[in-house]
Amino acid sequence: MAVKPVSSNPIDARPWTYYVLATLFTAYLMFLYGPMIVIYVLSFQGPEGGVTFPMVGWSLEWFRDIARQGQMADIPPAFRRSISLAFLVSLLTVCMSVAGALAFRRQFPGASIVFYVVIASLVMPSLLVGFGIGLGFQFVGLQPSLFTSALGAQLTWTLPFGLLAMFAVVNRFNRAWEEAATDLGATSFQRLRYVTLPILLPGILGVAISAFTLSYDEYARTTLTIGSHNTLPLEIYALISSATSPTLFAIGTLTTLVSLMLIVLALALVWNLNRKRRAGPGAVVDAFEEA
Amino acid sequence: MAMTGVSSEEAAAASQMAARAAGKGAPTATASRWRPLPTWLVSWLQVGPLAAVLLFMFVLPALIFVVVSFFDYDRTGIYPAFMLESYREVFTSQSTLRVYLSSLKFAVIVWAITLFLGFNIAYFLIFHVRSGTIRAVLFILCALPFFTSAIIRTIAWIPFLGRNGAFNQAVMGLGLTQQPLDFLLFSDFAVIVAYVHLYTLLMMGPIANSMSKIDKSLIEAAWDAGASRWQTMANVVIPLAKTGIALGSVLVVTQVMGDFFVVRQMSGGQSASIVSALSIEIQAMQYPPAAANAVVLVIIVALMVACMMRVVDVRKELLK
Repeated sequence: MAVKPVSSNPIDARPWTYYVLATLFTAYLMFLYGPMIVIYVLSFQGPEGGVTFPMVGWSLEWFRDIARQGQMADIPPAFRRSISLAFLVSLLTVCMSVAGALAFRRQFPGASIVFYVVIASLVMPSLLVGFGIGLGFQFVGLQPSLFTSALGAQLTWTLPFGLLAMFAVVNRFNRAWEEAATDLGATSFQRLRYVTLPILLPGILGVAISAFTLSYDEYARTTLTIGSHNTLPLEIYALISSATSPTLFAIGTLTTLVSLMLIVLALALVWNLNRKRRAGPGAVVDAFEEA
Repeated sequence: MAMTGVSSEEAAAASQMAARAAGKGAPTATASRWRPLPTWLVSWLQVGPLAAVLLFMFVLPALIFVVVSFFDYDRTGIYPAFMLESYREVFTSQSTLRVYLSSLKFAVIVWAITLFLGFNIAYFLIFHVRSGTIRAVLFILCALPFFTSAIIRTIAWIPFLGRNGAFNQAVMGLGLTQQPLDFLLFSDFAVIVAYVHLYTLLMMGPIANSMSKIDKSLIEAAWDAGASRWQTMANVVIPLAKTGIALGSVLVVTQVMGDFFVVRQMSGGQSASIVSALSIEIQAMQYPPAAANAVVLVIIVALMVACMMRVVDVRKELLK
């Protein structure tokens, strides 16, 4: 019964499941990108057009509307707040999660507790994190603000993410490199600066950009911790119910573009790093390792 | 505790390294000037900042809402007390059971769909795509939207699914139906579609990570030993991918259980979720009942996570 024809050897021919799964994958990508592409197209709607098809001409009217004084006047400052918060979140996430992942390479007292707090922080319903922080600030008599409560709330989301991502990076790291550095007389600082960090750099870049975009788009943890000046996602959130023009889509197009540009930039940097590494003196070492 | 094997090996390696460093590092001036710190202290210096942030911004705030759930309140503020009134309210209210059942229903349906999609897509990328570069590009294509705004991705469905939306126009253009389909937007259907759109990557990522660690020769061995496609799947691939399945399930289910935005936006007010009900209480400054609700939710989510984590030792698998 289990006899199979030679041609179904997975090395040579594509089994029928390949075509089924390839179709499923293509359908998934259309599902993933279809609706997003619809709002990007609609954001170029002509001045007479509405929030659905058909397109009534094409224009940049709704993009100009964003910067115009009036209802949308809060968008540019909210964007600036989001960017500066994301920058700080990204910086702190990288420093803390890289150091944390290095610590987890050894067993240390309390490691399990820290690990389970990290997982709990990741799976805790986001709004509740913000609710707790908001109550806490009220208790000690502090006003919630961008760089205190909102920053802390976002870190409870980006730190677990960054740490788990760094685990994956650190696991692939060959400790022989560090041992070699020590054997050659490197101090622990030199070892970190010239061996460990450069090898981990592509992963670190990935965590930095991910943390930036996660912070830039975060709303659930921020909404109860932001105080009186909104970040961009909260400003968008407030606009949804009132907006009846394609301006909302124009904001969506712009903000998606910001995130995508960052991710593509990061990918290009990592790809370039890896290519240089393969072509550079590292190639000799790799060849030596293989031999 | 299953992890002690791995970590004692690691510790041995570390101590070997330390011994070597002590022996050979002596000639350099800097190494001899400082006595090396004990390893546990080094570890805590490294993990300390992260642990401190989570302590002050996650653990303590969580304790605070546990405390507040016992407080008394009126229209102007909350007052320290120890009363169970808020809990009594949660457990006797008609709406509690309704929103919990509604959220659980969404969690189960979305879990099943994302598991099906995530598993098959991960399998396709890992086992069917032969070129590493193409695999990386396809994976990035799947992951890109995750790093853009969830709000925008959710509302993107509105012009797509609406009565005059792109989908209805396409279906009517093809002559498949005369009337626009009404159930598409502002319905449970729309909520599920948006969840699947947002969270499939959370399922697919961990599963793909587990699958990429499977030695391909195991599959060939099963094949050579006469196993059918389905036997290979059931006895080799699924057992070896179960860490990813468990981790993905935890992420998807907790995201759905904690959501308040998608339900509110996509159901058009017809469905509520636990957290959307809770956020209304917060807006009304009814902090103690909101906190009691939060405590109940956290306990239920924690129980669900504990059940799913029983399948695997996630920590051991992540650090492997």
